[in-house]
Order: sequence, then C-alpha cells, then structure tokens
Amino acid sequence: MTTTPLEGSGRLTAGPLADGATSPVRPRRPRRRGRSAPYWFLVPTLTLFAAFTVVPIGYAIWLSLHKVQVKGAGLGRGARAEVWNGIGNYADVFENSEFGHSILRAFGYGLIVIPTMLGLALVFALMLDTPLVRGASFTRLAIFLPYAVPGIIAAVMWGFLYLPDVSPFYYVLRELGLPQPDLFDGGNLYLSLANIAVWGGTGFNMIVIYTALRAIPQEIYEAAKIDGASNLKIALRIKIPIVMPSLVLTFFFSVIATLQVFTEPKTLRTLTNGVSNSWSPLLAIYDSAFGRSDIYGASATAVVLAGATFLLSFTLLRISDRFTREDKA
Amino acid sequence: MTPLTLTATTDRPSRAKRTAWIPTLVMAIGALYCLIPVAWVVMASTKNRSELFSTFTMSPGSGFMDNVSQLSSYRDGIYWQWMGNSAFYAGAGALLSAAVSAAGGYALGRFAFRGREFVFKLILAGVLVPGIVLAVPQYLLMSKMGLADSYWSMLLPSILSPYGVYLVRIYASAAVPAELLEAARMDGASEWRIFSRIAVPMMMPGLVTVFLFQFVGIWNNFLLPYVMLADDTKFPITLGLYTLMAQGASQPALYTLVITGCLLAVIPLIALFLVIQRFWSLDLLSGSVKA
Repeated sequence: MTTTPLEGSGRLTAGPLADGATSPVRPRRPRRRGRSAPYWFLVPTLTLFAAFTVVPIGYAIWLSLHKVQVKGAGLGRGARAEVWNGIGNYADVFENSEFGHSILRAFGYGLIVIPTMLGLALVFALMLDTPLVRGASFTRLAIFLPYAVPGIIAAVMWGFLYLPDVSPFYYVLRELGLPQPDLFDGGNLYLSLANIAVWGGTGFNMIVIYTALRAIPQEIYEAAKIDGASNLKIALRIKIPIVMPSLVLTFFFSVIATLQVFTEPKTLRTLTNGVSNSWSPLLAIYDSAFGRSDIYGASATAVVLAGATFLLSFTLLRISDRFTREDKA
Repeated sequence: MTPLTLTATTDRPSRAKRTAWIPTLVMAIGALYCLIPVAWVVMASTKNRSELFSTFTMSPGSGFMDNVSQLSSYRDGIYWQWMGNSAFYAGAGALLSAAVSAAGGYALGRFAFRGREFVFKLILAGVLVPGIVLAVPQYLLMSKMGLADSYWSMLLPSILSPYGVYLVRIYASAAVPAELLEAARMDGASEWRIFSRIAVPMMMPGLVTVFLFQFVGIWNNFLLPYVMLADDTKFPITLGLYTLMAQGASQPALYTLVITGCLLAVIPLIALFLVIQRFWSLDLLSGSVKA
C-alpha cells in the first residue's frame, strides 16, 4: 500500500499547506546573494530524479518503439540490431491476451481487496474513536503491526496458513468435520491473495482515517449529543462525511497498489502451481522482460500500464476534487 | 488538522465509567486477526522438521534453538549476511534519503523561486510510476554501466524519496520560521550555513520520520533486489527468504529454516516499530506514506 497526499488530492494537506507551503515566504526583496541557493539545494533531488526516473522512463519508451532484428544466422557481432518498430509492440500488447487477463485479474482482486480493506479500516477507526474503548492502544498497535512486516514475509506466513498440513484453520475444519476448501484453487486464490493485502494494509489505512477523526473538534459531538444524536448517528452523519477526503485518498492509493501487486503472488507461486507466471500485470511484465527476454515487448507493456495508471489517477483526482468541493459547499 | 505536533495524542476524558463493549470487541477481533500469523510463526519456529507437519500447529515444539543454529550454519551463515545487507541497504539508503529530502524539501518549502511548483509536482508524479516500469529500464541501464548486481544498483535507486521531499517541504514551511532565516541572512550567514546550522536542527523530527519511513520501505522492498541482484551474497533478507522458500518447493526440509528466518527477520522491524511508535506522531503519519 502506498499512501501520500498529492496536491489537490484531498483535504489532508489543507492544514499544513494552508499555513505554510502555499504561501511559503513573504515576498523578499530581490537580492543578488543567495538567489541561486534553492537551485543548489535541489541539485541532489533533481539529479537522482533525472537519473532514476526520467531517464529510465525515456529509455523504456525508446525500447517500446524498437525491436531486435536478427541478420543471417543471428551469430557474431552486429548480427542483432535494434530497429524501429513503431507501434508494433503496442499492437502486440493489446493482442496479447495474457496481459489483458492479468489486468482483469487485478481488477477482480482489487474489487475484493479495496472495499474490504477500507471498510474494515473505517470501522476500526470509528470504533477506536468511540469513548470508553478498553485496550484501545494495544489493539490499535496490533492492527497496525502488519505494516512492519515485509510483503514477502506476510505472503510466506499466510502461504503456510493456507497449506492443509501445517495450517491451524484446516486443523479446526478437520476436527469439526467440515469440508476443507483448496485455498490455492482458482477462485479461492483471489480470496487468499486478497486476505494478505487486507491483513497488511488495513492498519495503515485505519491510522490515516483515525487521524482525520481526531482532528474533528469535540464541540461538534457535544452539540450533536445535546440535539439527542446517538453514537451511531454521529458516526454516520458527522464522522463519515468528515473523513470522506481521507477515504478518497486511501482509495486512490489502494487502486494504484492493486495495479502493482507483485510480491505476494510471486511468493505464493513457490507453494502452488495455481498462480500463473503472469497472474498480475507486474508479474506479466517481469515474465516477458526476464522470463522470455522480450525487453521491447515488456517495455511497451510497462508504458501502457504506466499510462493507464496516470489516466486512472487523474480521473480519480478530478472526481475527488469535485467531490470534496461539493462537500465543502 | 495539525500534522506537525509530535506529542502523543492524549486520551479523551471519560465521563461515564462503563466500557463500550461493542467497539472493544470489534477491536479485539481485529487485533486477533492481525496477530494470528505472527503467533503461528512464533509457534512454528519452535518445531523441528518432523514436528512441523505432525503436531498441532499452535502447540510449541522442541526445536527452536536447533532451528536457529541450523539457519545460522546454512551455507556458512548466509542468512546473517542477508540481514547485514538489509541493514546496510536500509540504513545507508534511508540516511542518504533523509539528507537529500532535507535539502530538496527545504528548498521547496522555504524559498520562492521560478519553477518551484513545477518541480514539486514533477517529483510527486514520480510516485505514480509503477515500480516495474522503472525497474526494467533501470536494470538495463545499470547493466550498461556495469553496475547491475552490485551494492550500488540497490542503493542508488533507493535514495530519492518523493514522499520524503514532500514531508520535509511541509515540515520546513511549518517549523522553520522565515523570520529566523531572514535574521540569519542579515547577519551575513551563508545559505549553506543557515541550512546546516539552523534549518536542519529545526527540521530534525521530520527528518527522523523520513528516515524511518524510508528504512522500512527499503527493508521491505522486494521488486528492486529481485530485478537487480543475481549474486546471493548481496541479497537483502526479503530476497534471501524468497529464494529459500522457492528451494523449499523441492526440499521441504528447508521450510523450518524459512519459518525461523521469517521470525528473526521480523523481530528487528517490530522492535524498531515499538520504539518509534511512542513518539511517532499519528498525525505525521497520515500526511505521509508507506513506501
């Protein structure tokens, strides 16, 4: 899960930016000395950004428009040459059903993960925000704890818990004489993978939403209480609308994280053949780049995925902007 | 919202003494769900090879110390080499990341200059680029420079943190008073001196946060080492455990090592986590990121 407020992406940024960054410095009299200072301070950032983001993206685009042409027997120097392929690789991406299927799988997976994870995060945050909850600091910490567990280790742990021979769940099912589903089987695999993501991401999102709840002035609740509102009503009518921008934000980053799922299916692959080599979009790209050594096709696929991510992001940002503006009015 | 308070949020004064049972129960179930895999890994790591597949999964076994010593001696202690590599990648990477973010975020938060907003948005847009879109060409470029499969190939791409720059920008504009910088300039201090002697100490809590986020982010990263590294003596712990797990498919005897390895690998992070959450502001967290 990746979460950061982008500009205009949610009201989370409103506080700090309002009293700081949007009006950063009082207009200064132009002075000769020190005017270049900000540029110098930005040199490391921009150098790294150019070297590890801009250049690789440019290179990926370049690669995506080329292909290898093998001359003669394909042996010796100069036998393999990179030649212009135009949109050929892109045409292949859209014809390649493997990638299309991986996108569909990611969509199905996201459809399970995102509502479950954010729903749970919201419920936990609301519960946490109720007065008189016992052991709140312990349970809050326990739910947040999976954040500290690397995705690969989470996948290993859950992977074993899905294995009938070592899993306590299967033990309980056996003892109770209940049917024992194959958790790596086609449809169940979605649930198994989704569960790992929900386990890992709920706590973090809970904290984001909870923080937004804590920022609500207590007087609002006092007033609502005087008007005779129940805790449930306060939650539904006051708290949820107020944390909506945080929910939109966590939704936004969950969507991006869904498109980028890689570690968990990769790890479960070591336990079952049920996960294909191209289960998620990133696995598909990795497989075509390094498994099948088709870096040109892989680059085109990666560019398509990046383009789709940007498009989706801007659409979501626009929707959320309109949404929060209406919310304010 | 005041994202910059670093004090722990105090509990609200309770009026009535009775417990809210439903919320307490819901939270307890949530905590149980989150702790089950951890409890399982603790239990499973105490089992020897035969116990793992034969005894009840949640009962303790008799082989914890054996498992640890077998893990330590596996391929001449490569496990500890992986832990050391992770500590190096995460420690050095996060330190450099905090330094770069400090300078970049300070420039964006405390100076008005041409192109400021453009630079800021450009860097934030970098967040949206899927990891593999960068990893594949990064690997190819690194290979061309002869840096693939080196410590550099892991370290260099981990330094720039758009979130770090973003956080420091917020922090600098809120916690470093413009008047103070102005006064220092009047006194003839150089911009570098103002930055290093005044701004950096004032931004320190923010920089610690950047360091911690980046540390966790690099420690947990799997894709980058998976793409960049081939020599397993350079692997971080995530990739090391993955390869061990992958070998376990043909040698199930390795599973006990994987499980013990997972437990030992999580301990430092959880310890770090317990220490920092005491002063880690929840507010800051929400203005921030899980990388």
